[in-house]
Amino acid sequence: MSTSQPSFPHQHLLGIEGLKEADISQIIDLADKYVDQNRQTNKKKDLLEGLTQINLFFENSTRTRMSFELAGKRLGADVINMSMSTSSIKKGETLIDTASTLNAMRPDLLVVRHGSAGAVKLLSRKVDCAVINAGDGKHEHPTQALLDALTIRRRKGRLARLTVAICGDILHSRVARSNIHLLNIMGARVRLIAPPTLIPIGAEKLGAEVFHCMEEGLKGCDIIMMLRLQTERMQGGYFPSISEYFSLYGLDYEKLGHAKDDALIMHPGPMNRGVEIDAAVADDLTRSVIQEQVEMGVAVRMACIDLLTRAKRGVN
Amino acid sequence: MNKVTLYTNARLLDPDSGLDIKGELLTINGEIAALDKKVEAPENAKIIDLKGNCLCPGLIDMRVFIGIPGADYKDTIKNTGEAAAAGGVTTVCVQPDSDPIIDSIPHIEYLASRAKNALVNFIAMPAVTKKLEGKEISEIGIMSKAGHNAFTDCSRTIENAALMNRIFKYASAFDALIITHLAEPNLSKNGCMNAGELATRLGLPGIPTAAETIVLERDMRLLKSSNCRYHASQVTCADSIEVLKNAKRNGYSVTAGVAVPHISLNEYAIEDYRTFAKLSPPLRSEDDRVAVIEALKDGTIDVIVSGHDPEDPETKRVPFEQAEAGVIGLETLLNICLEMYHNESIDLLSILAKMTSNPAKIMGLESGRLKVGAPADLCVFDLNVPYRVDAKKMISITKNTCFDGRPVQGRVVKTVVRGESVYEYAS
Repeated sequence: MSTSQPSFPHQHLLGIEGLKEADISQIIDLADKYVDQNRQTNKKKDLLEGLTQINLFFENSTRTRMSFELAGKRLGADVINMSMSTSSIKKGETLIDTASTLNAMRPDLLVVRHGSAGAVKLLSRKVDCAVINAGDGKHEHPTQALLDALTIRRRKGRLARLTVAICGDILHSRVARSNIHLLNIMGARVRLIAPPTLIPIGAEKLGAEVFHCMEEGLKGCDIIMMLRLQTERMQGGYFPSISEYFSLYGLDYEKLGHAKDDALIMHPGPMNRGVEIDAAVADDLTRSVIQEQVEMGVAVRMACIDLLTRAKRGVN
Repeated sequence: MNKVTLYTNARLLDPDSGLDIKGELLTINGEIAALDKKVEAPENAKIIDLKGNCLCPGLIDMRVFIGIPGADYKDTIKNTGEAAAAGGVTTVCVQPDSDPIIDSIPHIEYLASRAKNALVNFIAMPAVTKKLEGKEISEIGIMSKAGHNAFTDCSRTIENAALMNRIFKYASAFDALIITHLAEPNLSKNGCMNAGELATRLGLPGIPTAAETIVLERDMRLLKSSNCRYHASQVTCADSIEVLKNAKRNGYSVTAGVAVPHISLNEYAIEDYRTFAKLSPPLRSEDDRVAVIEALKDGTIDVIVSGHDPEDPETKRVPFEQAEAGVIGLETLLNICLEMYHNESIDLLSILAKMTSNPAKIMGLESGRLKVGAPADLCVFDLNVPYRVDAKKMISITKNTCFDGRPVQGRVVKTVVRGESVYEYAS
């Protein structure tokens, strides 16, 4: 597939920051083709036959890990899952030791999630194969932003000049950071909607307009991205109560009415129904593209895996 | 037999008196015996030609950690002494968080016995509170009377304002100096770098400058009702400098220091998660760094320290949030500070004062001056030689420097402690 395309100019995918518009377009163009493949009965290719992909998850994950696993398998790779929260990390092995050990097993691709910002980059310096960041602390989650971009582009035909509101727990969100970067690179307008305690310092400088009133922030929006409230990262005092949060920042039909009539609702999952999003809104198939995001996730990850292993496979 | 040495062909620099002349300096039995354009030397004098290099008082470093707690105490003291000598530092003030924690006379004596054969002077800076726990006052009175009257909880802030108030009052009765670390614990908790746009970009928890300034403001308020001598170990931001300026204007006996990295680096040194630039307090914004230089220039900040803190490399080869804070600095104290001379920010004598006469006055030491009768603790340096800092060539066992590869001008070529040469640069 697409051997005539220019080769992907990065060894790893560690974040959206630092990518160019052409890099992002290349990934989502290719992912678009994989969406079609994934809708056929025979979803499997032998593109990556003989290659080994290791999914190394230091943080619990079911959805993202499965999505990467499926993506690797559909391309024909041998995929191994390692859940490090139950493994040698508990025996005191350092991240760099783990990296060296895995490197000695000669994987062709590592997909890594870690609870600390920068950890995936640190690991990438110690291995010889390509590394995909599947989420590092509060830093980045690039494939999530890419799958969001693919979802939007398929629905709206473009990303440029769309107004996208990212709502909720932005402070603790790597998804928000990756999306802010990506949407800026692609020429979309980004709004952040949250109480001031959940907006990180200097967020405007990343290229976003900040709103504390949801109704105001949603005005004229094409896309509404809801974020999960990461209560596990909060030790009290970010907002008074879940019910106050839902009443002011939870997406219900009334608040949705302030956005454009055809505004789409997105959520990276898993959702907290009744906390950041009203159940009926989440399930409204005329507005919500949450299930579609999951489908796009596999395609986008296939595209990333394909592009990052091309050098190894001797494909352009 | 008398040990007599005459240093000739030197540029004598004494920040205390403002002396800056080409001349000679004579030492007899570990003391400075004479200094002038020409000095009449006894016949038995050993003559050392300094070839036009600068000769200033040996540097006094008010913030030095002697090593990874739990590591071989003796060996790290020896190594710290060697690294200090290579940096022109003749007196190191040892922070108390070693193992055992220095918080009483026996521990001070233990350190002194261990440091007996070290190349440079080791001065214990005992803990303000027992075991650094921030709960009970250590025996400030007894230790002060024994001549150890500079106290610090080094990297910890005493959170309890009532206790701090009592410490200031109690310490004032013994003319003790209380040296503080400024980091409000709740605002600093989990933080690992300066709060701001870069922290947001990197997804790292930040520590706002307010964490520092709040504690300084609290302490100034408390000092109003006592005459305690107070030294802020490290100030790193414009807001704190403003508070200091006011306190000095109002006649408080307050002094302050800053560590070399905060003079020469800003938060962007950690971009790409460089754990070797992780510090406590963290590196700040460029605006704050410029404010620090201004404060050094106008005298609001009195002292420059290295903050020398050897860390096991293993504690740095981990994700940024988990990495230990701290860098070594004895060997880069003078050469990095000389940048301020070479880029014409501050004159040479004023820079040297921050590492010699000022800390000597604050600590009540005889050294830190070129004066007849003062200890012959001396630093000889070539002011202009250009080269790059090379971690591999450093004497310190641990190499956690944040200046590796940095181009600098100026190098220590000789260090003298009590009249004895303890370091000689070998090219």
